Amino acid sequence: MGCAMPSIPASADHSQDAAAVLSVRRLSVAFDTPNGAVQAVRDVTLSVAAGECLGVVGESGSGKSQLFLAMLGLLAANGRATGSARLGQTELIGLRGPALDRVRGVQIGMVFQDPMTSLTPHLTIGAQLAEVLRRHRGLERAAARARAEGLLERVHVSDPARRLEQYPHELSGGMRQRAMIAIALAAEPRLLIADEPTTSLDVTIQAQILALLAELKGTHGLALVLITHDVAALAGVADRVAVMRHGTLIETGPVREVLRTPRDPYTRELLQESSAPPPVQVAARTPSAAAAGGAALSVRDLGVRYRVRGRWLEPATPLAALTGVSLELRAGESLGIVGESGSGKSTLARAVLRLLDASSGRVVWMGRELATLRSPELRALRRDLQIIFQEPLGSLDPRMTVAEIIEEPLLVHERSLDAAARRAVVATALARVGLAAALAGRYPHELSGGQGQRVGIARAMVLAPRLLVCDEPVSALDAPTQRQIVSLLGELRRAQGLTLLFISHNLAVVRELCERVLVLYLGRRVELAPAAELFAAPRHPYSRELLAAIPVADADVQPARLAAVRAGEPPSPLDPPSGCVYRTRCAQAAAQCAVRFPEWEEEGGRGIACYRWRELA
Amino acid sequence: MDESTIASRGLWGDALVRLRHDRAASVALALLGFLALAALIAPLLSPWRYDSLDWQHLASPPGIADAHWLGTDRLGRDLLVRTLHGLRLSLLLAGLASGVSLLIGVLWGAAAGLSGGRIDGAMMRFVDVLYSLPYLFVVIILTTLFPRGSLAVLALALAAVGWLTTARIVRAQTLALKRREFLEAARATGAAPARILWHHIVPNVVGPVVVYGTLIVPQMILFESFLSFLGLGVQEPQASLGNLIYAGAQEMESAPWMVLVPATALVLLLLCLNVLGDGLRDAFDPRER
Amino acid sequence: MLKLALRRIAALLPTLLVIVTLSFAIIRLAPGGPFDAEQGVSPAVRANLERLYGLSKPLHVQYLRYLRALAHGDFGPSLRQRDFTVRELIAQGLPISATLGLCAIALALLGGIPAGIAAALWRSPAADFSVAAIAALGMALPSFVIGPLLALVFGIYLRWLPVAGWQPGTARYLLLPVLTLALPLAVALARLTRASLLEVLRAPYVRSARARGIGEARLVWRHALRPALLPVASYLGPATAFVITGSLVVEAVFGLPGTGRYLVQGAIDRDYPLVMGMVIVYGILTLLLNLLADLACGWLDPAIRHG
Repeated sequence: MGCAMPSIPASADHSQDAAAVLSVRRLSVAFDTPNGAVQAVRDVTLSVAAGECLGVVGESGSGKSQLFLAMLGLLAANGRATGSARLGQTELIGLRGPALDRVRGVQIGMVFQDPMTSLTPHLTIGAQLAEVLRRHRGLERAAARARAEGLLERVHVSDPARRLEQYPHELSGGMRQRAMIAIALAAEPRLLIADEPTTSLDVTIQAQILALLAELKGTHGLALVLITHDVAALAGVADRVAVMRHGTLIETGPVREVLRTPRDPYTRELLQESSAPPPVQVAARTPSAAAAGGAALSVRDLGVRYRVRGRWLEPATPLAALTGVSLELRAGESLGIVGESGSGKSTLARAVLRLLDASSGRVVWMGRELATLRSPELRALRRDLQIIFQEPLGSLDPRMTVAEIIEEPLLVHERSLDAAARRAVVATALARVGLAAALAGRYPHELSGGQGQRVGIARAMVLAPRLLVCDEPVSALDAPTQRQIVSLLGELRRAQGLTLLFISHNLAVVRELCERVLVLYLGRRVELAPAAELFAAPRHPYSRELLAAIPVADADVQPARLAAVRAGEPPSPLDPPSGCVYRTRCAQAAAQCAVRFPEWEEEGGRGIACYRWRELA
Repeated sequence: MDESTIASRGLWGDALVRLRHDRAASVALALLGFLALAALIAPLLSPWRYDSLDWQHLASPPGIADAHWLGTDRLGRDLLVRTLHGLRLSLLLAGLASGVSLLIGVLWGAAAGLSGGRIDGAMMRFVDVLYSLPYLFVVIILTTLFPRGSLAVLALALAAVGWLTTARIVRAQTLALKRREFLEAARATGAAPARILWHHIVPNVVGPVVVYGTLIVPQMILFESFLSFLGLGVQEPQASLGNLIYAGAQEMESAPWMVLVPATALVLLLLCLNVLGDGLRDAFDPRER
Repeated sequence: MLKLALRRIAALLPTLLVIVTLSFAIIRLAPGGPFDAEQGVSPAVRANLERLYGLSKPLHVQYLRYLRALAHGDFGPSLRQRDFTVRELIAQGLPISATLGLCAIALALLGGIPAGIAAALWRSPAADFSVAAIAALGMALPSFVIGPLLALVFGIYLRWLPVAGWQPGTARYLLLPVLTLALPLAVALARLTRASLLEVLRAPYVRSARARGIGEARLVWRHALRPALLPVASYLGPATAFVITGSLVVEAVFGLPGTGRYLVQGAIDRDYPLVMGMVIVYGILTLLLNLLADLACGWLDPAIRHG
């Protein structure tokens, strides 16, 4: 995907020089609320030069998006912007009507976070591209179409002629984001603002989009503003970095300097969150202590198939969510399951706990096969098998208080406890997950996401289970909260000798919590390895791609990583490729890969399903 | 069940507070209370009964003469008393019909939503077919099944139409609930199906159903008046807002008050109920929080 | 789109059959008959009449006979209005009722939707309050109240228009009835359009289109309006039912010789063929208009179109 080296020397003076495409001076944004004005952005001053990329980083609520929405007059109705933002000679603040529309889309293109909801659903991609071309470039219908096709090619959309006729819902997430970028670039703006353009995408697609942005930057002098909460995402693209917190700009400088020697403690904190976790404490987590006990959980050849109902009179399509997955977990061990959306990892979690019925295979917990248990027996067994869900608030009954939610497992399994004893247990459970006792009377909608997840953990832990399944427990939380929850889970595990099945798409978190990692792709297991070995020397081509896609907060390394990113879209689970399901994206795919899925080979504690891994090693 | 009462106190308490802040809804509630009270104690207010004829004052306009404050009809019957009588009848019928239709609708919708699959498909297809009939057919056909003017039959006929929407709402609600993770969480806890139903599903369905119930009442009042207007509902000498308006419309040119009095009462009643229903819906809507 | 339409049209006939069967069963299982003593007919005459109209045969035989006749477009004779077939009665009344109903729907759409758009685009506290007040009042004014009120004002006090009656080919007599029927519907449509457009205008894709500088007018027209009209199109189904029932009242209030009276009187008289005929005519109308509403939804939203 082309060269990604910055075209402007990083040492270029970033003050209000003549070359600045955008210069912002003392810009503030405030919102009027019933409780008085809320200051979202305070006195921000910065500039972006032609051909340069400015990375703006900060956590949610830091005002980083509002700053740029204000320049385009896109603030909510109760928002006010003061100060100055100049695009060349044009003052943007206070611009309205047709004058504003000669800037929006023409001189500044904008790309938003969620490409599904940010493209107009009832207009084809071609129509939305042509609209900009005809309005701002005055092109005729035929010329606009030809140009639109060229634009899609430029952002590496496969089969552009056909995409023009398609609606947003017919495209994959990555394609949609490419189309969004093409539309933003249609009128050849001088500045492209991308607001969290990769946040809602899978990690490999995220890398593709970042690589595309790195490639586009500087072509025809295009300046780029990349807004993100993840410092590492900036590393391969941005020339300079601006760090925002609580509406103020706290640090700005060339990307290498800021990433290597951050001046502000908060920047250091952000860098820590995004970089790889501290070195694995091998001693604390070698499975040796538990190894003697044999497998506590054993999953054999598990398969889950759904039937996707067709329309009236049309046959149902079978969907294999999970195929032939086997794994073993010793007591006290912690296994990570990773994979992107559609990999079947949540299905696996639910099938293991028999929250949904498997179509084939067996799940054995402590010598008892779950599928053969009758419902009362299974319900009694559930006190040992608990789960934490992805959506902290969605998994809590909105009509129950925190105390009632945590108390429920006791009412089910500890019938002998009286109300006072239950209250005492609930109080202990709250304290253990770090929640104030005062929260006991609250309802879920009165909690923050982090508090909600703590309540979920308290509910799961109140019966002292032996197996805890975590289904993406931190994905819905922001970075600092993620960190707290992960360390809470680590503590609980150490204190209680929990067996952990930890499902996540976030490899850094898995690396911190788990001893072994299983990689899933399209419902199949492709590789199993001890965490340290997987991260150091992945064997399966997909594991390699997955690891390579994780952005690294190092401006010297990341550009080359982005330049090596491979194109390719994940296939639909409804229509998986023949043979090895990964072969359509695999650089090493050979003829034999198309015939049948490779056998699972296991040796020395590592497992892999690939015909060619030995040659590639 | 102490825990469920705590939960509902939270829910209802919250809603009540929000309702009190809604000025339009509060006014509507007060006015509605006044109308209902007036309808209840109507016989005490006036020396006249709804069917007593006053031959001295045939079709007399509103005035203070002889306690016919809002005038009389062609037979000298007091319009105020008859209107209040109709009001009481409307409220009674609407309450009855709403109750029955809510009951059927909740059971049908919950059963369909919970069973899912083919059973759900068949049950909702049935609702769809009935829905595609102009609802009036069903009511007209049912009212003609039995002697005209029987209140119980009228209530049943109204309910026969009203339950369709309730069933759809409850089913949608149940399906949405089934997808929510907190039910899965309860299953993962090991809670038995009965516990899940009573402690998780019912409390979460009750709110929307109660709110919908307050919106169904004005619809039922409208239906009833409508049927009485067409001569299919309440029969003379019984008074209903519908047949009063119909009778009044015939005398419009010479005695406009005969249509204006019951029409105003009906509009006022519907207005209050609709505003109150909207207010309740907002008060219960978690998005408003 | 074509596939969707064909599939829906194919589903019409079975649905209609279910409606016919259900209605037939309910009507015929109801106690009482067209020639009961209550209707002023002596037992001997009654037996003769019943034989004449084939009512003494077993119910399923009658049902099959009715279906066979129906397949040939024969609705049978009216039992009470002798000398007329049901088809003749419908042919007399339907043009008036259909004109009334279609004009009312058209008027409500043309008035209600633009009003709703305007109310969504030009917002101010005063405007919002008036909109809410008008909407609340509109919902509380049933057609059998508006009808007499309009007649009172325009017919009796102002004397601009006839209070009631009908002369073929004169629009004057239709004006008040159409207005009566359209007014509550227009208010409902305006309310719905406003709420839904306001919601769409908050959608991310509208903000994203705004960021492309395509201009407010085009933004509303091309990007916001179609999705905003989706709930409006789905409401057209219930709206049809509303118009059909409303037309019964309006015809009664304004003395229009439409088909409404046949349904009510036919049901009271147990005039089986007449009621069945009306059920079928109104059933077809409802189904067709519902189909139209569905197709409109498909046009508005490609995701529905592609299923």
